[in-house]
Amino acid sequence: MEMLSGAEMVVRSLQDEGIEHIFGYPGGSVLDIYDAIFQSDKIEHYLVRHEQAAVHMADAYSRSTGKVGCVLVTAGPGATNCITGIATAYMDSIPLVVLSGQVPTFWIGDDAFQETDMIGVSRPIVKHSFSCRTAEEIPMAIKKAFYIASTGRPGPVVIELPKDVQNPLNKFPYEYPENISLRSYNPTLSGHKGQIKRAVAALVNARKPVLYVGGGAIIANASKQVLELAEKLNLPVTNTLMGLGSFPGEHKQFIGMLGMHGTYEANNSMHNADLIFSCGARFDDRVTNNVDKFCPNAKIMHIDIDPTSISKNIHADLPIVGSVEVVLQQMLDLIEETQATNDSESINAWWDQINKWRAKDCLAYKTSDTHIKPQQVIQCLYKVTKGDAIVTSDVGQHQMVAAQYYPFKEPRQWINSGGAGTMGFGLPAAMGCKIAFPDRPVVCVTGDGSIQMNIQELSTCMQYNIPLVILLLNNRSLGMVKQWQKMFYGGRQSHSYMDSVPDFVKLSEAYNHIGIKVDKIEELEPALIRAFELKDRVVFIDVAIDPEEHVYPMQIKSGSMEDMYLSKTEKTDA
Amino acid sequence: MRRIIAVLLENESGALSRVVGLFSQRAYNIESLTVSPTNDKTLSRMTITTDVVNHAELEQMMKQLHKLVDVLRVTELTQSAHVERELLLVKVRTVGSEAREEVKRTCDIYRGQIVDITQHLYTIQLTGVGSKLDAFVATISDASEIVEVVRSGVCGIARGDKALRG
Repeated sequence: MEMLSGAEMVVRSLQDEGIEHIFGYPGGSVLDIYDAIFQSDKIEHYLVRHEQAAVHMADAYSRSTGKVGCVLVTAGPGATNCITGIATAYMDSIPLVVLSGQVPTFWIGDDAFQETDMIGVSRPIVKHSFSCRTAEEIPMAIKKAFYIASTGRPGPVVIELPKDVQNPLNKFPYEYPENISLRSYNPTLSGHKGQIKRAVAALVNARKPVLYVGGGAIIANASKQVLELAEKLNLPVTNTLMGLGSFPGEHKQFIGMLGMHGTYEANNSMHNADLIFSCGARFDDRVTNNVDKFCPNAKIMHIDIDPTSISKNIHADLPIVGSVEVVLQQMLDLIEETQATNDSESINAWWDQINKWRAKDCLAYKTSDTHIKPQQVIQCLYKVTKGDAIVTSDVGQHQMVAAQYYPFKEPRQWINSGGAGTMGFGLPAAMGCKIAFPDRPVVCVTGDGSIQMNIQELSTCMQYNIPLVILLLNNRSLGMVKQWQKMFYGGRQSHSYMDSVPDFVKLSEAYNHIGIKVDKIEELEPALIRAFELKDRVVFIDVAIDPEEHVYPMQIKSGSMEDMYLSKTEKTDA
Repeated sequence: MRRIIAVLLENESGALSRVVGLFSQRAYNIESLTVSPTNDKTLSRMTITTDVVNHAELEQMMKQLHKLVDVLRVTELTQSAHVERELLLVKVRTVGSEAREEVKRTCDIYRGQIVDITQHLYTIQLTGVGSKLDAFVATISDASEIVEVVRSGVCGIARGDKALRG
């Protein structure tokens, strides 16, 4: 049998797992692994400028491809810098394996240089973790980590590798396990047959159904089934922020995103529905508004691969544990077999009602002669990219505007931090996507607050020539914070104004990228066209937008789903 | 509502901290927790007593426990026939033969055992349900001065055919 050191086992196990790209940052306790990477020609390593960005890159690499993202960092600060990235992935159920160094086993507990209990620090935000105390454990730990990360409800897994365990002088027999089974971990994929029957019956009997589709449908690759079911029964479909792209954004049955900044028609349809069929969505507080007033007449059906997501926030009348893809296929098969249909008359009446809500045209906005509106920027982006770009975003107003005004055609096209709401996600995320899809246009929609949280990665883009477009919606303030302060804090803008926004054009140029400043609406489209034509450069477009623009619709706090502000001057009758 | 949850989990480093962490992370209450390896050394069995506000909270708690990768089985004991026991060790100071006789008598009534004696100290062992142990501690404190008390927390098992097995 082949003899390898612990460090070599790490790299070989990753290779045998099929890993091609890894994101990281070296340091004392992982030098042996880095030496093994140097000698490997199968794994491409990307050196970031801050470990948080490495995790976001791996995360977005995973979100855009469906593969597991992989990160390698050193002990102590290298590991703790990953925490925000790991929490981001955890909240959105993204499969990652994060390998972190550790001080030698004989120093653990002695407060050695760069010692941090990474297993302890990361425990609440990982799906599982491993600490390898001998080299022989490494291949099995890595095999288990990838298996656990990618199956069931996916999530990040941390592996801690003490320095002595990697020692290149000690060689052990290496074999990468082919199969794995864990007696304590067996995710349920297919739905209970009785529940499938009941679900189909409830669905075809509903007069005012809504298909409420979340990120779980994307993770499960269930878009085909969602589309088939929706079209077969003529169901209205709404997406959560995380679910955007799981159903075609321009499909006539798509009623928009729901929730806090959801459309008038989506939120009203939910509130007035008699059946809500949640497919891989978890009734997050940004969707439900006040749970006590949530959808008073609706029966709740909920498919989720994670039993804890069912009846956690909203009681499910009809729970189905399983993969969205498998369960929907089971339902489709049963519908086919029994030729079940719903009452087209009541569905048509329901659509009439929905179309009345649609006629409100809640995403309409007033343009201005003096200012560029953020909505215009996203609509222009959509036009120039023909809706085909992979769009990553940071967190704030620009994120909501991108979600509202860029109708995503397909899953894995919209990459954002939904659950954690991590500012600084967008740029490294775009880099991860571009590495995964070098031939597709990738754009990071960002704000002047968010972009500065991981701006150092412009340097990584330079090193590896990762050509993407950064579209900055610059309002010289922390827009979403300011919006809340204007609406709920008497207009007191406590620390939401960016007093010294840098010259982003010069900053981009300092990193040998191209910077374009856009102050007038007529400059926007040419700038975007040029940016996407320059296929081998990073282009940073700094668009000065109206600093006073708010995101609407917006749910009214403590209200039901249908209670919304529609503009600065208009709200629904509460 | 007081509830007793029995958990069968991998006997691996970190498994206990994940369970304890889950309870604090989700703001669940732990009244007592005991854990020890079973006859199969690769498995540990844990008994957790908790106070939940309603059935939904209990159900969510059990689902969250089951979600932990290390956890094989989770069951709730109080909703069906079960046996629960707790071990008490109490050290009391007794001066004079009358007091010592009173302690011995009380101990016999409760079916406790004196497991260590010095000139002035008795160490008593007692098992039973929590309320019995509470009553004993109250009674013995009348006859002697309590020096220290240690309780194991509840261990529980279902009656009859029901069993928690790997």
